[in-house]
Amino acid sequence: MRGQVSRKTIFGFIGPAVISLALVGIAPLLYAAWTSLHFFNLTKLRQVEFIGLKNYWTVLTDEVFWQAMGRTFFLLATALPLQLIFGMMIALVLHQPGLTLLKTLARLSLVLPMATTYAVVGLLGQVMFNQKFGVINQLMGGANINWIGDPQNAFAMIIFWDVWQWTPFVALVLLAGLTMVPGEVEEAARLETKSRWTVLRYVQLPFLLPGLVAVLILRTADTLKLFDMVFTLTRGGPGASTEFISLMIQRVGFRGFDQGLASAQAIILLIITIVLAQIYIRVFYKEV
Amino acid sequence: MATRTHKPLWGQIILLTLIMLVCVFPFYWMVTTSLKTHIVALQSPPAWIFEPTLNNYREALFEDGVLRTLANSLIIAISTTVLAVLLGVPAAFALARFEFRGKKDLWFWFITNRMVSPIVLALPFFLIARNLGLLDKHITLVLIYLTFNLPIVIWIVTDQFRGIPYDLDEAARLEGASQFTIMTKICLPLAMPGVAVSSIFAFIFSWNELMFGLILTRSEAKTAPAMAVSFMEGYNLPYGKIMATSTLIVIPVLIFALLASKQLVRGLTMGAVK
Repeated sequence: MRGQVSRKTIFGFIGPAVISLALVGIAPLLYAAWTSLHFFNLTKLRQVEFIGLKNYWTVLTDEVFWQAMGRTFFLLATALPLQLIFGMMIALVLHQPGLTLLKTLARLSLVLPMATTYAVVGLLGQVMFNQKFGVINQLMGGANINWIGDPQNAFAMIIFWDVWQWTPFVALVLLAGLTMVPGEVEEAARLETKSRWTVLRYVQLPFLLPGLVAVLILRTADTLKLFDMVFTLTRGGPGASTEFISLMIQRVGFRGFDQGLASAQAIILLIITIVLAQIYIRVFYKEV
Repeated sequence: MATRTHKPLWGQIILLTLIMLVCVFPFYWMVTTSLKTHIVALQSPPAWIFEPTLNNYREALFEDGVLRTLANSLIIAISTTVLAVLLGVPAAFALARFEFRGKKDLWFWFITNRMVSPIVLALPFFLIARNLGLLDKHITLVLIYLTFNLPIVIWIVTDQFRGIPYDLDEAARLEGASQFTIMTKICLPLAMPGVAVSSIFAFIFSWNELMFGLILTRSEAKTAPAMAVSFMEGYNLPYGKIMATSTLIVIPVLIFALLASKQLVRGLTMGAVK
């Protein structure tokens, strides 16, 4: 009997949420799919014309699109390992006994980067990494590095802020995992071996896996979405050196005004996102 | 224990201090820069000691209209939070208490909403809003923000509802209470912590949002982050003012985040580990 209620009741409770999400979430997606099949330029709205899959063909054969995609995954491949390593180190330090007050303060300060508005991180980056009056060059002993104007440095700067903002998140997730390890088990293991690595690998790691999976899924999704911080910090430049996929779609759609092409790019990004999500779910949810 | 930790203690203290410095320093720099005059802000090498002034805040708030964009952000963030809670709580109740076909699929659909890039929705939403004459209106942002807030509220509150013993429902039903009464009178008061936390999240995410704010507003409904970005046009950038605006944007979020810091990680990972 538990949970058996009439259809009308179920719909009454869940219907409004589903309908509103469909209206604000799914309807635009369908419209994007429709737009992607048309020549649709904001400056030439009289000439909207059905062109089939031509936009998709343009995108799929467009080197620039794949470069932006590659850049996005390159950022993930460089920033995520750094976040995992630093996050793990911080979690292990915080997990050790003693120094309660200092650790509470450290844990609270870890909340700050995560809570900072992404757009503000970018603005802050402009101030701190400025070649002339930036504090970063000063802290580096009066270095004269052009961070914002040089393609490679600009990319390094983006990695820096991504790591700054998200390492605390990884650290707190892993710390939560570490506290799940039963105290007696950990103690017993420590009596058996002096190697911290062995304890980490065989005793603690199983408790860390769900958190690691969450981090992997979320960081992948967030990197594919990345926009605010990069937009305010470099606007994708110099050249296209920090133009990640979301920035590229925004540029094509709102600065190039080609909504048809941008929609095709967006739909392809959506498909890649869904495929990745499916792979993650298949691979990890069987294991964990 | 005490004997073993003797040596690494100093190492720990240094590491912990380093962590705190790295986390806090950018904030320190943001706030101090916001208190510098234009000339001091552009000084090279940067000044650490200077005479602070509130001029940037006064100018930003009252001459450049940041105050109004903050008000816009506040109106939009509160409205979308209230709407997400009103729509999300009953849905969460249904997901936690009722059995029905497609429940799991529905659950997954809510999760995938968090993975979709906002730019995918921004393109068509802009065109739809333009056709309906809804550009530069608060309601437009309130509605589009539902796409990421409604799922958050639903996940967190469903989790809360599941933790409430079913016996309470049974007892109330024997008394003749309707499901709606059971939800509002019995379960909701017990689920208030979850509702509060999810509201804080919804508020923070809406308050922080930039892309839709840039694309869907011009002046009337302009949000604070979009305003901060608009200072970035031109050559002689008013960095003090930009940092003052940034500080005004970040402070409320920080307060909320510290209040909800225990649930922060759980809230962010939710849906990914479920």
